[in-house]
Amino acid sequence: MSNYNSAKCAKSPRIERLKAELYRKMPEIEADRAVLLTESYMQTEGEPIVTRRAKAFRHIMENIPVTIRDDELVVGSATKAPRSCQVFPEFSFEWLEAEFDTVEKRSADPFYISEETKNALRTAYRYWKGKTTSELATSLMAPETKLAMEHNVFTPGNYFYNGVGHVTVQYDKVLAIGYRGIIDEVMAEKKTMNFGDADYCSKTALLDGIIMSCEAVITYAKRYAELARRQAMTEQNSTRRAELLAIASNCERVPEYGARTFWEACQSFWFIQMILQIESSGHSISPGRFDQYMYPYYKADIDRGVITRDFAQELMDCIWVKFNDLNKCRDAASAEGFAGYSLFQNLIAGGQNIHGEDATNDLSFMCIDATMHVMLPAPSFSVRVWNRTPHEFLIRSAELTRTGVGLPAYYNDEVIIPSLMSMGLTIEDARDYNIIGCVEPQKAGKTWGWHDAAFFNMLKPMELVFDDGKLDGVQVGPHTGDVSTFKTFDEFFDAYKAQMNYMISLLVNADNAIDEAHAIRCPLPYLSSMVEDCIHSGKTPEQGGAVYNFTGPQGFGIANVADALYAIRTLVFEQKKFTLAELREAMIHNFGKTSDARAQSLTEQIAIELSKNGVKVSESLISEIYNTVKNKEGDSKYAEIQKMITSVDKFGNDLDDVDALAREAAYTYTKPLLNYKNPRGGRFQAGLYPVSANVPLGAQTGATPDGRYAGTPVADGVSPSAGKDIHGPTSAANSVSRLDHGIASNGTLFNMKFHPSALAGETGLENFVALVQTYFEMKGSHMQFNVVSRETLRDAQKNPDQYRSLVVRVAGYSALFTTLSKSLQDDIINRTEQASF
Amino acid sequence: MDNRSVVGRVFDIQKFCTHDGTGIRTVVFLKGCILRCRWCCNPESQSYEIQEMRTANGKRIVGYDTTVGEVIRRVLQDMPYYRRSHGGLTLSGGEALCQTEFVSALLTVAKENGIDTAVETTACLPYYMIEPHLPMLNTILLDIKHMNSEKHEQFTTMRNELILSNARKMAAAGAHIIVRVPTIPTFNDTEEEIREIARFAKSLPGVEEIHLLPYHRLGYDKYVGLDREYLMGDLVTPPADKMERLRQVAEREGLRALIGG
Repeated sequence: MSNYNSAKCAKSPRIERLKAELYRKMPEIEADRAVLLTESYMQTEGEPIVTRRAKAFRHIMENIPVTIRDDELVVGSATKAPRSCQVFPEFSFEWLEAEFDTVEKRSADPFYISEETKNALRTAYRYWKGKTTSELATSLMAPETKLAMEHNVFTPGNYFYNGVGHVTVQYDKVLAIGYRGIIDEVMAEKKTMNFGDADYCSKTALLDGIIMSCEAVITYAKRYAELARRQAMTEQNSTRRAELLAIASNCERVPEYGARTFWEACQSFWFIQMILQIESSGHSISPGRFDQYMYPYYKADIDRGVITRDFAQELMDCIWVKFNDLNKCRDAASAEGFAGYSLFQNLIAGGQNIHGEDATNDLSFMCIDATMHVMLPAPSFSVRVWNRTPHEFLIRSAELTRTGVGLPAYYNDEVIIPSLMSMGLTIEDARDYNIIGCVEPQKAGKTWGWHDAAFFNMLKPMELVFDDGKLDGVQVGPHTGDVSTFKTFDEFFDAYKAQMNYMISLLVNADNAIDEAHAIRCPLPYLSSMVEDCIHSGKTPEQGGAVYNFTGPQGFGIANVADALYAIRTLVFEQKKFTLAELREAMIHNFGKTSDARAQSLTEQIAIELSKNGVKVSESLISEIYNTVKNKEGDSKYAEIQKMITSVDKFGNDLDDVDALAREAAYTYTKPLLNYKNPRGGRFQAGLYPVSANVPLGAQTGATPDGRYAGTPVADGVSPSAGKDIHGPTSAANSVSRLDHGIASNGTLFNMKFHPSALAGETGLENFVALVQTYFEMKGSHMQFNVVSRETLRDAQKNPDQYRSLVVRVAGYSALFTTLSKSLQDDIINRTEQASF
Repeated sequence: MDNRSVVGRVFDIQKFCTHDGTGIRTVVFLKGCILRCRWCCNPESQSYEIQEMRTANGKRIVGYDTTVGEVIRRVLQDMPYYRRSHGGLTLSGGEALCQTEFVSALLTVAKENGIDTAVETTACLPYYMIEPHLPMLNTILLDIKHMNSEKHEQFTTMRNELILSNARKMAAAGAHIIVRVPTIPTFNDTEEEIREIARFAKSLPGVEEIHLLPYHRLGYDKYVGLDREYLMGDLVTPPADKMERLRQVAEREGLRALIGG
């Protein structure tokens, strides 16, 4: 294959107009869905849950407002206002009610909410008390699990408060046969059923629910057709009038029937993508291999000469903008973990087909160009790389990386395909993988993967070891003994593994409780119409109807655990510089440094004492106390221990010993998880990635034996700890490649920072591609890149410890950014803007 | 003596360098230089002695003695990247070729391991210190700073006759040379001066490529850290459009001309 046209298409002026409209104002919370859902639920008490879900979905589809935004070619908006969100009280609602008055002002992902909306939601919420998935999940969890969660060992927040999402459906099927075709398939399935079948009742309820959902979507699309026709009647501009009539005709046709043109295919695709996110609040609804399933429609139009490549590009660019029209309001804490209003709609291009041939086509390149044209955070754009990937495709991807937009993410077929096969996928299904959300591979249309099942903080079990299973004085984990009596490193490591194993079993308990709650309270009939083998099995994905079933919670903090274990082995057991008891004391005292939180609480205590004694405590006095407390000379004994820790080798510098320990540390999470099963009959599989949770969850973690201060971020994914990889990107990549990526079949995330000077010119792109390919030859799984901006460099000036490895690449010159003086750093920052390296 | 045991004085080994020869390279910076160029961005490289330099991160000892075996071990860590990108090892400095025995042993072992080799050199040393290395060097990144010997001496402390004669000899011997010109305002940044250098480069048999390296102030701190005076004052990097004009001047002499290497 690989016979493609890679010529770049022009960017239509329409795209900037669509973007401007989208970002005109702050996103808003709308109540329509919640109100309609509640109305329907109140009328269906006592009916089978899947029937209630289908009826509620139909009620929403028939009545939720339909909106066509100015200049759109592909229509379908979940909300009246751009970039806004509906709410989903069936999963959880109390957090939003509690945040009604702060959600507009919070720093991470604020949303406007009107008084009218608040009132409508308050009314609806009265119905939901005691009926949500999150309340049911809580009641199903073991008390030990809840205790561990209270102490932040792990957090399954995602599915605990929201829908599951994290799926790629059979877009190809809907594009080909439409929902009418699916209804026919369901009818045929019903004909095969026997009244005496054990599952006759439940299966009938689901199949009827699927039919009802498909009909509801057809109705919804026709409402858009009607709206477009109405708007066309009053439209003064003849070009726009023609566009609106074409839109009306498209919505009349799809998604009821199969698409006949590329434009119809685009419209059909968008309805699927958007409506899935009205049925449930699960994020990471990932379009997957768009370049593959859209290609037949593009090819047919090009061959018949009914479309230009420029227009095809414009349609794709319109869809790329629309991805950003969808939004979701999370609770304040989660919003920090997922900052950036991200829905993680992962779209992937390139790679191989089910026969093992390269699948790159015209659209693969046009996906890169759409991302380049639109320059917005969604979709999360990814590319697949293998040894037959066209070089030109990699260079064009590298050009996109160079813009600093943080896309695409690169994925390695050579690791992911065998990894998926080890989890039971067929070779054809494994070759056809796409990425869900951040980094999680799955076979589209066949998988209910629960890919983002929890964040597991691998540093907490380390804290538990130092206190015989206690956190903050409470016995949360098993007794593993007084750490000061440990005679060997192995004894310490075994205690860590014991704490890990126990916490992993609680993590599984938490996930399985939530999993059951979704199956009982929120089965999704519309989704079921597009996931194999729900129709035949008569079960929704939540009930185990999919072909492949997984649960993939992600561990984070590998680099910190590795550095901690290495420091302990070297300094405590080999060189005997200090004892575990002394290390414990140093950590309790945060290596002699007062943390912000501690300074805050000390300041408060002092202020209270002072005012008790009649001192008038003014603002200026408080800040004086705070500064004194914060900057008091740390106890040098503890600082000395940290200094010793800092000086030993760290993960990320191409050092066999530390890297081998990092691999072992990762195994303490990845291997035990594989032994567990979920209620859908599937297996647990580990991911090693943190989204952006490494910052907020680091804030909940005390000082750690790798010398990390309390409350500071933990390492990002499988990347080395920030600033600890001081020998450049190749050394870091060599270290990271020594982890076992294949066993972490739910994905690993390796983030690299580059100064733009490293990617300058054609040779910069070539060398960048060589770096990616080499890391992939060494069996790394994923890579993504931040090309640093002036803002990042400013941050590096303020927080040099986080950026120790940032090198400015200039011929024949040797220096790290953070070793330069302020004035020279300013110089570089200015030049970074001009890109004149 | 075994080549791997030969000791040399190095002050940095930098991985993933992308402007010092083809592909992804590891640059080994050697201590000691013959010239004292006013604009030098690595002043800590000039003296052969091990020195202490103050940096924003505290005091740093510049220079350490190490063996060929240890350097090669580090260089070989990135072998997979060299293979993918046609990269390899670049010796830089200071003037790397001053440490004759070390360089010879290092290049020999590099070649035994199939590593592509390059050197960044001033060529300001007797030809007998250059010639023996030529068979073991894939590329020579040769600095030609000025065609006027008086001005050359004024800014670098040495005249250029030896450099130019070495350049001709290396070219005649069939070495693969890329000429590099640190492009320094007030010194050699006029079209006339660049044209003369390019013309000389073109006259060398086999030379096809010239790199103009724009002046930058990134060495400034190091002068402060070494208690030395920075002689370039407030000069700033030549603007991009000016560099492009100079590049075109060089290209008109029939060379492939790049800015920044």
